[in-house]
Amino acid sequence: MTEQSSMTASQTGPSTGVIGLEARNLTVAAGEATLIEAASFSLQAGELVALLGPNGAGKTSLLRGAIGLTPPAEGWARIDGEDTVGMTPRRRARRLAYLPQNRPLAWPNPVRDVVALGRFSHGAALGRLRGADRRAVERALAACDLDRLARRSTATLSGGELARVHCARAFAAEAPLLIADEPTAELDPYHQFRVMELIRSFVDRGGGALVVLHDVVLARRYADRFLWMKGGRIVADGTPAATLSAARLAEVYGVRGRVEGARVEIEGPL
Amino acid sequence: MSALRLTGLILACVAALFAACLLGSTPLGIDRVAAALFGVGPPGDQLVVVQIRLPRAMTAFAVGAALGASGAALQGLLRNPLAEPGVLGVSAVSSLGATGALYYGYAALSAWAMPAAAILGALAGTSLIALAALRTASTVTLILIGVGLSSFAGAAMNLMMNLAPNPFSLVDMVNWMLGTVANRSFLDLAFSAPFLAAGLGVLFAARRGLSALTLGEEAASGVGLNLRRQRLLIVLGAGLATGGAVALAGVIGFVGIVAPHIVRPMVDHDPARSLLPSALLAGLILVLADIGVRLAPTVNELKLGIVAALIGAPAFIWIAMQRRSVHD
Repeated sequence: MTEQSSMTASQTGPSTGVIGLEARNLTVAAGEATLIEAASFSLQAGELVALLGPNGAGKTSLLRGAIGLTPPAEGWARIDGEDTVGMTPRRRARRLAYLPQNRPLAWPNPVRDVVALGRFSHGAALGRLRGADRRAVERALAACDLDRLARRSTATLSGGELARVHCARAFAAEAPLLIADEPTAELDPYHQFRVMELIRSFVDRGGGALVVLHDVVLARRYADRFLWMKGGRIVADGTPAATLSAARLAEVYGVRGRVEGARVEIEGPL
Repeated sequence: MSALRLTGLILACVAALFAACLLGSTPLGIDRVAAALFGVGPPGDQLVVVQIRLPRAMTAFAVGAALGASGAALQGLLRNPLAEPGVLGVSAVSSLGATGALYYGYAALSAWAMPAAAILGALAGTSLIALAALRTASTVTLILIGVGLSSFAGAAMNLMMNLAPNPFSLVDMVNWMLGTVANRSFLDLAFSAPFLAAGLGVLFAARRGLSALTLGEEAASGVGLNLRRQRLLIVLGAGLATGGAVALAGVIGFVGIVAPHIVRPMVDHDPARSLLPSALLAGLILVLADIGVRLAPTVNELKLGIVAALIGAPAFIWIAMQRRSVHD
């Protein structure tokens, strides 16, 4: 099965309305506190969207609410027209790969096995990969430059190598959409670029990615669209050129910055 | 694990079961034991081998297999190599159920009472641990809760012994708490077998999800695992298997840690693939330990549970000391 055909295959099914991920008036609450208030956004194939906002803005809560891990108090989110609340994890995983912020690995498995877990929703069992599963894992390993490390134990890898393993795990699913929560956290500048290049090439092959980033410069370089969050609300949604400005940096992050075309510079706190 | 190693393990299990049938107060040669096992030879030989020695050996194996598979599955679910029915207090709560059945005399009313009480106890203990695991990711917390459960169950059992109406029920209860497979018959095995089989069946059916849990719960859900269902199945399977084992042999600790620990590097640290070899190896260990118990030149026969703890507890301490603090 080719990458293209597997993507179309996973989009079939009882789908109505928008292809991709769409959230409308999504409100997420935890006890008394409202974490996300009436957020609306969409993610479609062929776009790389950066989700930006300060710590505690609700970025992770928005993602979790949108994919149904935290059922929203109000509003809805749909993947290919199907509500994410009540969607089985398996069905969701076939359409959307999710890289959470915390990526603990309980056991020192070989790299290939961790990547193969990306095929879980396709019924793959570790150590017995066949046909399409095997080829998808090989492609993902190759795309993330992990062929040489495939047999290595993940316990012996550096942070940068591990980040590539997690990307490969997400790509191996060959789902049309990808949501990554701070995939570049704790990486050196080189590996931040490496990971963003990998996600960019996923998008260039026809995928849609929503990526939480803290580095505005990195986001400006790779993203097609910016989603700005502050205090549990989406405060702006649009192209980098339209939404990135010194005023925005001050409003969202409370920092003094300079924006000249594609150049961004953060000078210091306000 | 390679097919060769698995075959070797199965052959070792068969050999150990056969060796267990060779031992005993009546000296019997290999030829006479083999003949008795195949149902030929003198009736006296058949009685000794098939009615006494074989059920004892098979009980040891079944108990080991149930504890080994439960240990491997709980380790996968809790992502922690120190998880095991004994350490987590599940065996103790299960034993409390069995002791309660003895104390209140239900065990005399029906042969099903003891297994049922042991299994109810095991399910209650496993559910408590699984509930606690929802609230905390810390290994230390879970093991401390296990310590608490064990202490409580121990105190409650001590209370029952304290209040025991007669010395016979006291002896029964002590035997249960120490753990032994002596004098087990095929009938005893038959009463626990459905629970053991159901528990092992559920664990094996749910094993693939344990691989996904390697990624942590959130990412496991992200790759398509139904977390709630997975937790329920493992708790149910481990509870049934552990309860069945406790009903048969009382508390036998640590074998559920030691066997998966040895197996894990041979299966690329995949919890799903560790299940079957862990069950076989734990069964083998208990059959061998029981042979050791019978060979030991002591006045009173040693209890299998005591021997298992004497070997297993140092192994537990060793494994715990190998762990780095980052895993918590």
